[in-house]
Amino acid sequence: MTTTALEAKPLGIDPPGTVHTHHEHHELGFIRKYIFSTDHKVIGLQFLFTGLVMLLFGGLMAMGIRWQLAFPWTEMPVLGKVLFPETGGVVTPEGYTMLFTMHGTLMVFFVIIPLLTGTFGNFLIPLMLGAPDMAFPRLNMLGYWFWWPGIFLILLSFGAEGGGPAAGWTSYPPLSTVASAAPGSLTGQNFWLLSLTFVGVSSMMGAVNYVTTIVKMRAPGMTFFRMPLSIWGLMIAALLQLFALPVLTAAGFMQLFDRVFHSGFFTPADTIVNSASPEAIGAAAGGHPLLWQHLFWFYSHPAVYILVIPAMGFVSDIISVHARKPIFGYKPMAYSMSAIAGLGFVVWGHHMFMSGMNPSVGLVFMTATIMIALPSAVKVFNWLGTLWGARIHINTAMLFACAFVAMFIIGGLSGIWMASTPPDIYIHDTYLIVAHFHYVVFAGSVMAIFGALHHWFPKMFGRMMNEKLGIIHFVGTFVFTNGVFYMMHQLGLAGLMRRTADPYAYEVYARLQPMNQFISYCAFGLLFWQIFFVINFFGSLFFGKRVGRNPWKACSLEWEAPSPPGHGNFDRQIVVHHGPYEYGVPGAPEDYVPQTQKLPSGVGAH
Amino acid sequence: MQALKHFLLRAFFTLLFLAVPVLGVWTFVKAPAWHVWFPENVSSYGGEIDRLFWLITYMVTVVFLITEGLLIYFFFRYSRRDSSRALYTHGHHTLEMVWTAIPAILLLVVAFSQMGTWAKIKIDLPEDSPYSAAHPMMEVYGSQFDWRARYPDREGNFQGEDVIETPYDIYVPVDTKVVFLLRSRDVLHSFFVPAFRLKQDAVPGMEIPMWFEATKVGDYDLVCAELCGWGHYKMAGKVHVLPGEDYEAWLEGQRNALYSNGSED
Repeated sequence: MTTTALEAKPLGIDPPGTVHTHHEHHELGFIRKYIFSTDHKVIGLQFLFTGLVMLLFGGLMAMGIRWQLAFPWTEMPVLGKVLFPETGGVVTPEGYTMLFTMHGTLMVFFVIIPLLTGTFGNFLIPLMLGAPDMAFPRLNMLGYWFWWPGIFLILLSFGAEGGGPAAGWTSYPPLSTVASAAPGSLTGQNFWLLSLTFVGVSSMMGAVNYVTTIVKMRAPGMTFFRMPLSIWGLMIAALLQLFALPVLTAAGFMQLFDRVFHSGFFTPADTIVNSASPEAIGAAAGGHPLLWQHLFWFYSHPAVYILVIPAMGFVSDIISVHARKPIFGYKPMAYSMSAIAGLGFVVWGHHMFMSGMNPSVGLVFMTATIMIALPSAVKVFNWLGTLWGARIHINTAMLFACAFVAMFIIGGLSGIWMASTPPDIYIHDTYLIVAHFHYVVFAGSVMAIFGALHHWFPKMFGRMMNEKLGIIHFVGTFVFTNGVFYMMHQLGLAGLMRRTADPYAYEVYARLQPMNQFISYCAFGLLFWQIFFVINFFGSLFFGKRVGRNPWKACSLEWEAPSPPGHGNFDRQIVVHHGPYEYGVPGAPEDYVPQTQKLPSGVGAH
Repeated sequence: MQALKHFLLRAFFTLLFLAVPVLGVWTFVKAPAWHVWFPENVSSYGGEIDRLFWLITYMVTVVFLITEGLLIYFFFRYSRRDSSRALYTHGHHTLEMVWTAIPAILLLVVAFSQMGTWAKIKIDLPEDSPYSAAHPMMEVYGSQFDWRARYPDREGNFQGEDVIETPYDIYVPVDTKVVFLLRSRDVLHSFFVPAFRLKQDAVPGMEIPMWFEATKVGDYDLVCAELCGWGHYKMAGKVHVLPGEDYEAWLEGQRNALYSNGSED
């Protein structure tokens, strides 16, 4: 099998399936090839490496939070010296509010969204569709580089007057808009708002590109219902971005206007913060704090589906390949993802059950929210259906994918408690919520990202990741993840609220400290265990076993290209004959039939 | 040897996955004994919230055990070394209909079973109460970083010099439907009394009528459940539930104290 990379010149929009058989030899310089590259694969890897570094930053913030909750007001090793030098490494109360604000912001906007859509969206979409590149390669490059001002601004905000933003990743006004309300609202909040604007523009450029590429650049024969579910997930996530993101951008500017020009969109008339009334501090009033919450969650609820729907797609692909079995219920899988996304636009109010929003409206949001469990359940049943009668190959990618399913069940089911308004009165803003979304986003999406990295690493770099190290990494990550997040359910049921620097100051919560210490030890273990991933990832980049085009014997189109694919991706004509999940096909010479080959006659498939 | 190694690998990961539902249910069973669990309910509607919580808990536990059980069983059963091919199927229409329709019905039952309790607590104020939104027993407002209760003068006015204001400590009568207005002076706060199963955000610019009926005399923690700034963690208050006559006596004492040259006692 030949693996020589194809050296093609930069491409504009080529008709789908175009193969550049004759091309000038035109070496790109280092800068055009690796830094300001328009190649979707290079951009995908840029998002990957940047995202992994941000994951480390976000993880360190989490360690700071866990230290304070286990051993409040004591000297924090390592991190404390860097973040709180003026107190000798002890967290300050406002420093704690900054820690969880930055942890949430970094993880949502700088880690999970860029890793799922930026990395895998860029890398997989053209390859899985049989396209030579994205529809708008230059816009794609711009999308990555617009992320950097966002990164600079969010990192600069640590050094802002009064410290980093500290109004939570949700930035509810008036805490976030009135400068005297919190040290982080002096100037740090401005950095936060500007940073998110850049990140938003970056995501928007990506989303436009993904949707256009998926609609216009599919290879001949690649109908929508022959696309891998990863592509379905990425397309739905991109559509969510396109429809919801403008609202966040507008709301962010409104908050910035409130802060800089005192426009008063979110500040009510009779607010007095630290003995300064809005009039005294020059702020016009007459706005309403709930307006921000509606606008913010109109974006950010769909955004939490952006954090998981692509992961669902990757997991479907990984499970089907390593279970050697067609995905069970392909169309229900695609429809249920679409249903989650559609319903996702009408459930934002469940973040506001306790906010003072009209409680009758809460009933509508409650019903919509409870019903969103339905498509999620259908997905779980279909994953189970895929495993039924399968021939499972146990490897790191498959283990992470199965772990996603096992953890998503927990995260999904716990959602029913808080969707139901009466129990939510008690559990709103408690650790039950923290457990719930970490089971979906960390135990779910991050597991899926690890699985996807193991699965597509050979395509990205032409080498395998080490299986032994991979399995060691999986076991520790799985154990510690559950150690960290599971008992948070019970903490929440004990009434422990989020975002509390020292819960033991309250008499009711003093008894919860030993459990919090157990959780913190697991958290430190979880971070430490990632060293196996770092060794494996970087070691395999240089020393991994070299592989050919299709090491997993998979059907979808990315495995038709060389590993790693050269510029222009494919060196042969791509024509698609059937769906991406033809495993265990009776009568075929091997147990899989790639999408580019016809199925044996008599085998029915879509 | 190779076969044994593969069996041990399968068994190990099966047990690893199995640990999740087993320990998961076990920790929920043990949590009350570890005192990581609900505080005792002392409000008239808290029991309904707890019952709805248990309804959902039993349902999701059954679904949790079935789905995790199947996942683990399939993982173990179908990871055998086997040179034959997997079952070749792309799905089953009837099965899809069944596992869509049954959860849909169950979820609708869950949704509709919540509505009465929610309406009772948050939408309708009790009619058989001496207090109402127009004539509340008190106003509670949050400000960075304390809670204050304000009790009206004898004519029921909240303006003027005879209004009693108590920081941190809120006094209420037992077995009485207490209607009060929740306000905020500055940023968002959230009025959360875990023992009453009551939570409501306090929003500047809004007066939100709330009610509860405490069923047991005692002192209960009032905590802030919405981030309100650096001092959020110490915004603690106490709700003191007194027998009816003690409450009246306390209120009378406060009012009399106001008239004795403005200083207490």
